[in-house]
Amino acid sequence: MTWLVPLPVIMPLLGAATTLLMFRRPRVQRAISVSVLTATLVVSTFLLVLSADGPLVVAVGGWPVPLGIVLVADQLAALMLVVSAAVTLCVLLYSIGQGGADGDEEHPLSVYHPTYLILTAGVTNAFLSGDLFNLYVGFEILLAASYVLITLGGTENRIRAGTTYVVVSLLSSVIFLAAIGLIYSATGTLNMAQLVGRLDALPDGVRMVLQGMLLLAFGIKAAIFPLSAWLPDSYPTAPAPVTAVFAGLLTKVGVYAIIRTETLLFPGGRVADLLMVAALSTMLVGILGAVAQSDLKRLLSFTLVSHIGYLLFGVGLASRAGIAAAVFYTLHHIVVQTTLFLVAGLIERRGGSTALDRLGGLARTAPVLAILFFLPALNLAGIPPFSGFLGKLGLIRAGADDGAVLPWLLVGGSALTSLLTLYALARVWNLAFWRSPATPDAAPLRSPRLMVTPTAALVVAGVMITLVAGPLYSLTDTVAEDLLARTPYVEAVLP
Amino acid sequence: MRPSIVLLVAVGVLFAAGTTLLLERTLTRVLLGVMLLGNGANLLVLAAAEPGSPPIVGTADQAEMTDPLPQAMILTAIVITLGMTAFLLALAYRSWRLSGHDEVQDDAEDRRVRELAERDEGSDAEDLDTDEAETAEVRT
Repeated sequence: MTWLVPLPVIMPLLGAATTLLMFRRPRVQRAISVSVLTATLVVSTFLLVLSADGPLVVAVGGWPVPLGIVLVADQLAALMLVVSAAVTLCVLLYSIGQGGADGDEEHPLSVYHPTYLILTAGVTNAFLSGDLFNLYVGFEILLAASYVLITLGGTENRIRAGTTYVVVSLLSSVIFLAAIGLIYSATGTLNMAQLVGRLDALPDGVRMVLQGMLLLAFGIKAAIFPLSAWLPDSYPTAPAPVTAVFAGLLTKVGVYAIIRTETLLFPGGRVADLLMVAALSTMLVGILGAVAQSDLKRLLSFTLVSHIGYLLFGVGLASRAGIAAAVFYTLHHIVVQTTLFLVAGLIERRGGSTALDRLGGLARTAPVLAILFFLPALNLAGIPPFSGFLGKLGLIRAGADDGAVLPWLLVGGSALTSLLTLYALARVWNLAFWRSPATPDAAPLRSPRLMVTPTAALVVAGVMITLVAGPLYSLTDTVAEDLLARTPYVEAVLP
Repeated sequence: MRPSIVLLVAVGVLFAAGTTLLLERTLTRVLLGVMLLGNGANLLVLAAAEPGSPPIVGTADQAEMTDPLPQAMILTAIVITLGMTAFLLALAYRSWRLSGHDEVQDDAEDRRVRELAERDEGSDAEDLDTDEAETAEVRT
């Protein structure tokens, strides 16, 4: 069944080509995009089931393994694929609903669908990639698509925000490429399974430089403090669905690359202290930024940065419990953060603005919207029994098990960040939902059912993570075990 | 492997010049910086392969051939850099069409924070004045 592995990359790319050819027929475009992403979701689910027996490996183009490109679907990659496919599908439906309601004026749909599918292909390629250069190509595919999406329509505000985003991303790509060049000179291979033995044989200093460069490149993409300043400046100006999918997926691709390289290529937690200090400052700086914001989308962008700190905390612990919790938290965070940005888009349509001082009384005027915001907000803040609580609990327990000073500091930092997240979101609730109704800036735009339903589906999915938390957590636990053992991956790729 | 020192110095110069240009405010200079950085990275990948005869089967002894893989990777990277350059150029042009210049603007929120800070500075300036007056008194 290994022929399934390349499909999550190939199908969106073919879909992008067909939707581009069909640029005059928006209805056909929509049908193609939706069916392609649905098929991707189905294939990803199959891959998740199949990868339970061991990683599925495909040598693309028939080139023998260390020479050619390999795609590897292990359980971690398959899990990320399933969640990202589900999220991209929901966001696509939401954007179709929005485009339908706005008469397609804000969305030049002929460009939107192909670009969105290419973005998906880049994300899946990065997840499946078994060698570093293909990972770089995956990143470039998704970044190139994201440049187009973030400047969609070419208004002055978006051009300004897009410029920062493009330049920062280009810098991180150059650092990644330079690191690839150095790794190839040092080891003579870029295949991750083959790198395992060869990197271990390198002198400590050289290995540290290579690790540092990769961390720098991925750190910019994952928005880790102090490399995170670009994110809150650039994300909020894009259209709501674009911001939602960026917030959910793009930073997580960076986190995935960090998890993959730190466990497979550079194990042993040599930079654990550095990662944990970065995690602590990301959490605190991010959430303090969120508390100070007066605009909902900017506030959510800052909570996004802040919660990347939790993921990094788990990676920094480098223990089985830590990585298991980090993977669980990543899955939870993709769903919840995307949902909150979609809800912010609905709030903007209802209240005419996302500025908190302009909103008010939405709990009375739009009760469904209030529920849609309330559940993921509690989930993000980590109120029991939601999955946010379970993920944070796992991280805190892993930190306490470690027992050193720095993990204990991070345990305290996690709890504080969680409380401040609750405070920031409660402020949104008080201002936008509970206050007496404000006079909106603009007449409320219609929110068609096609926008509300995918949002509600994601809210339910976020709650569902709690219901399936037991099996899911034991799955992420085996993922962490395999990642730390390294042999299942290496033996699958190089039998 | 013996790396070529000329190639590495060239990489260093390209990276240094590219970084300097990247720190400029105008988008055209940033664009030039990105191009230099991209070419520097490509040269760095090229330096990963030991120089040798062209890697075409039948033309030379296999032991003397250079490693073709970095060249294949550079080709991909060049295409990517080309695409990004074209996009940045379009971005700079659009910015110029919209606002008459291609300088990278501060974020709206950043500008607001700076305005607030400047207002605070006004009150600080008064404190500074009295401080100076006090120090002047001390001096006399």
